Amino acid sequence: MSGRRHTARRIALAILALLLFSPPVIGLFDIPSAITGLSWLPLYLFCAWGGIIALTAWLQSRESVLQEMPSLTETRSDDARHEK
Amino acid sequence: MRSNLIVLTVAFGYLALLFLIAAWADRRAAQGRSLIGSPTVYALSIAVYCTAWTFYGSVGRAASHGPSFLLIYLGPTLAMLVAPLLIRKMVRIARAQRITSIADFISARYGKRGGLGALVAAIALLGITPYIALQLKAITLGHAILTTYPTLPADTLAASPFWTDKSFWVALVLAVFIILFGTRQLDASERHEGMVAAIAVESLVKLVAFLAVGLFTTFMLYSGPSALFSRVAAQPSLAGVLSLDNVPGGQGGWLGMLVLATLAFVTLPRQFQVLVVENVDEAHLSRASWLFPLYLLLINLFVIPIALAGLLLGDAALDPDSFVLTVPLAAGLETLPLVVFIGGLSAATGMVIVETIALSTMVSNHLVMPLLLRLAHRRPARYKDTVLAGWLLGIRRIAIVLILMLGYLYHALIGETYSLVTIGLVSFAAAAQFAPAMLLGLYWRGATHAGAVVALSLGIATWAYTLLLPGFARSGWLDDTWVNEGLAGLAWLRPYALFGLEGWDIYTHALFWSLLFNLGALIGVSLFTRQSPLERTQAALFTGALQPGLWSRAVTGQGQTTQGELYQLLTRYLGLAAATRIFAQADASTQTSAHARPASPSLVARSERALAGALGTASARVLMDSVVRGETLDREDILSLLDATSQALEYSRRLEQKSHELEETSQALRAANARLRELDRLKDEFVAMVSHELRTPLTSIRAFAEILHDADTLPEAQRQRFLDVIVHESQRLSRLIDEILDLARLESGRMTLHPRRLDLVELVRRSTETIQRVLAERGVTLELDLPDVPTPVSGDPDRLEQVIINLVDNASKFAAPEHPRVRLALATTDRHVRLLVEDNGPGIAMEARELVFEKFHRLENTSLNVPPHGRPRGTGLGLPISRGIVAHLGGRLWVDDAPTLGGACLLMELPLAPDEASTT
Repeated sequence: MSGRRHTARRIALAILALLLFSPPVIGLFDIPSAITGLSWLPLYLFCAWGGIIALTAWLQSRESVLQEMPSLTETRSDDARHEK
Repeated sequence: MRSNLIVLTVAFGYLALLFLIAAWADRRAAQGRSLIGSPTVYALSIAVYCTAWTFYGSVGRAASHGPSFLLIYLGPTLAMLVAPLLIRKMVRIARAQRITSIADFISARYGKRGGLGALVAAIALLGITPYIALQLKAITLGHAILTTYPTLPADTLAASPFWTDKSFWVALVLAVFIILFGTRQLDASERHEGMVAAIAVESLVKLVAFLAVGLFTTFMLYSGPSALFSRVAAQPSLAGVLSLDNVPGGQGGWLGMLVLATLAFVTLPRQFQVLVVENVDEAHLSRASWLFPLYLLLINLFVIPIALAGLLLGDAALDPDSFVLTVPLAAGLETLPLVVFIGGLSAATGMVIVETIALSTMVSNHLVMPLLLRLAHRRPARYKDTVLAGWLLGIRRIAIVLILMLGYLYHALIGETYSLVTIGLVSFAAAAQFAPAMLLGLYWRGATHAGAVVALSLGIATWAYTLLLPGFARSGWLDDTWVNEGLAGLAWLRPYALFGLEGWDIYTHALFWSLLFNLGALIGVSLFTRQSPLERTQAALFTGALQPGLWSRAVTGQGQTTQGELYQLLTRYLGLAAATRIFAQADASTQTSAHARPASPSLVARSERALAGALGTASARVLMDSVVRGETLDREDILSLLDATSQALEYSRRLEQKSHELEETSQALRAANARLRELDRLKDEFVAMVSHELRTPLTSIRAFAEILHDADTLPEAQRQRFLDVIVHESQRLSRLIDEILDLARLESGRMTLHPRRLDLVELVRRSTETIQRVLAERGVTLELDLPDVPTPVSGDPDRLEQVIINLVDNASKFAAPEHPRVRLALATTDRHVRLLVEDNGPGIAMEARELVFEKFHRLENTSLNVPPHGRPRGTGLGLPISRGIVAHLGGRLWVDDAPTLGGACLLMELPLAPDEASTT
């Protein structure tokens, strides 16, 4: 059941993104820079955001490899239903 | 470059370009070569999410509220992460049921009721019109700044009549565009190819424009980010601008805004339109799930540099919402501000186009059409022969113009008092009210129609009370004492601090209360109300939408009607051409003679789908009910089908597991069977060989015995010789039987050895003495090469002696006929002792080296070893038995090249016995 694994990975990634984008994690990066006095928070957010996008793209590339192969489980369950 | 004429020419020239692109894409689609069938175009069309509010407002929000501007884009990123799960489900439902809008979606989920659809449409109209106004305002403002800078534009705007307002004309042009490309077909669930292509291009234009101004600001105005940041460092007043303290509502406000943006992204009517209705292929979703967030990241990359540059400019930059324009303007540039203006225009027009199409579909299908149907129903005589098909497009077109004018009116009357972001967030909060009914309805079968109606009403009422009306009051439209003191002076009814909840920013506050009431009512009321049969079916179909094979089997009608009645209905509402096409697809005849025939279930289902695509599911249901008698869908059948499907899935999963186990077991069985067959074959061979081996000496014994028995005249010497042979053969026979018994014991594992510690050197000496006499008879010279020190091994002395004798005896048999020599050597390594027996015979070929350990195998082919009588020299069991014994003692026996004598060499390796101390 590769579909279930992909679903689980997607959901896990979404939860990770939610954690990275929410308090209290964001509070950890709300520190003024020693030189400019500006907060590091926006830089952190852009980095986390870019990381999540890259992970999603990677996940999608793995999914599409599997999608090209006809899923065995799908056909098998179809057969099972026809016999029923 | 900034004269009014040039700006107007460029702006309207850009709009004309959109017309061309849309017309081209529509023509390509008509030729069957669609331009929009790619995930990239899909992702770009979703980017209609980035409106003028993004284009101008993000920088404004960054300048005044720090990093919170990013939340509007992080939310959609979260939503897109699960798009392949969530949106895919919606797309599949929308395709199967010909859903045309979010109002249609929600009304279809809760039993295709017209009232619920109308409620959603009304909420959308109420909540989204200000958002359209916001886009028009952005165009007006952008144009004013561009042409009047550095004068403040506000004065010039208020005083002028509407026909000098550019956004009025832009709205009119957009109305024409939308009518041309948004209402081509009656079927609103069909894709608007031209429109989507134009939107995708607009998304590219706004991205390029924003990146251009960002690159200019960062790398040309300042020579890179570090230069910009060092300028900021020189201004201590700017130090806190990007920190969390600057975010309204702090961490709570942050979370609220993130939730708001996530929900709004899937519930805004225009997002539903591009995400679900305009989706060409669900496979595009998984690529768009990172492409679209990437787009958002890119368009936000330069927000902070532009905001900082604007803040550094001070008063010359005017309002933060216009920094994108004023930063390049203040630098004295001419072309770049024009590019920025076009970017803002593209962001605004893209949003207006899609939003207006979505809203007009809702208004025509859920607000106007039900009224019209009711009217036609009440006075059948008057409307009997009217063809309503033409009306429908007319209604939609009028709705488009009205919505745009409403938006313009809102902009002209109230827009002045709101900043860009404020209006946008108010709209977001209104759209978010659809989320519980829509998302919960997708996963919880028990959500009922009554629950959804109460939830939406309560949610939107709370929204209006906590966000919309106070906003009106702030604009001076209403008396604002109730905002500060609460309704009727009751402090707990203060709209910005409802029930005394204070200290939150107004959006999080409004979102919290409205969603609390919304979700609470949906769950609470649903638990205490019942679903109608149709609603139950729809709920089951929606929640189980992703089950494979559901839709193809679920939709078969069971009601009864005639083809004539159906044909008449379709002709009336969809037109003659569409009716004929539907009949042709269902293999039904449109001939008058066939009119009395009953309509097939597939024709009924097809007709309802076609009507739903044009009129919305609720109206389609009303119309079908007017001609179809009995159940149009066997609902229980669908419910049981759904259960059967999920059961079948479960069964198949278990089946798969079982079959996997079965496969493993049968594999093991096959292997065992193969092994058994092999053993059986070996046994047969063995029996055959044993019989053969036993027969040979037996035959000669019998032959000689018979001779002795018959011929009594045999000379004594010969008689004695014959008796010798008989004795010899008998010995050989008994030896053979001993060996066979040994072998049988070895192979069955019944051979018991009695290992004890012994000195191998001594054992070798004793063994060779035993065999010395035989060797002497044969004339074989035995050379011993033994160490002087004792070599302790653990072994059964009798058996080991048997092995050694066997090896030496063997070697002596195969040694060269002239001057036969055998050499026995012992050598110890760290842990092993090696006994080597070699001869000066012909040796053993490489490929035969393992064969010699097989039972009854003899090197008979080499002519040298064939004895004069043609009888083999050994039993052929010596080596297999020796190897078995050695293996039993933990050692090994193999054939190698002879190091000194050049013939065959057998090597026995045994582990050295542990020290005396550790043995008992």
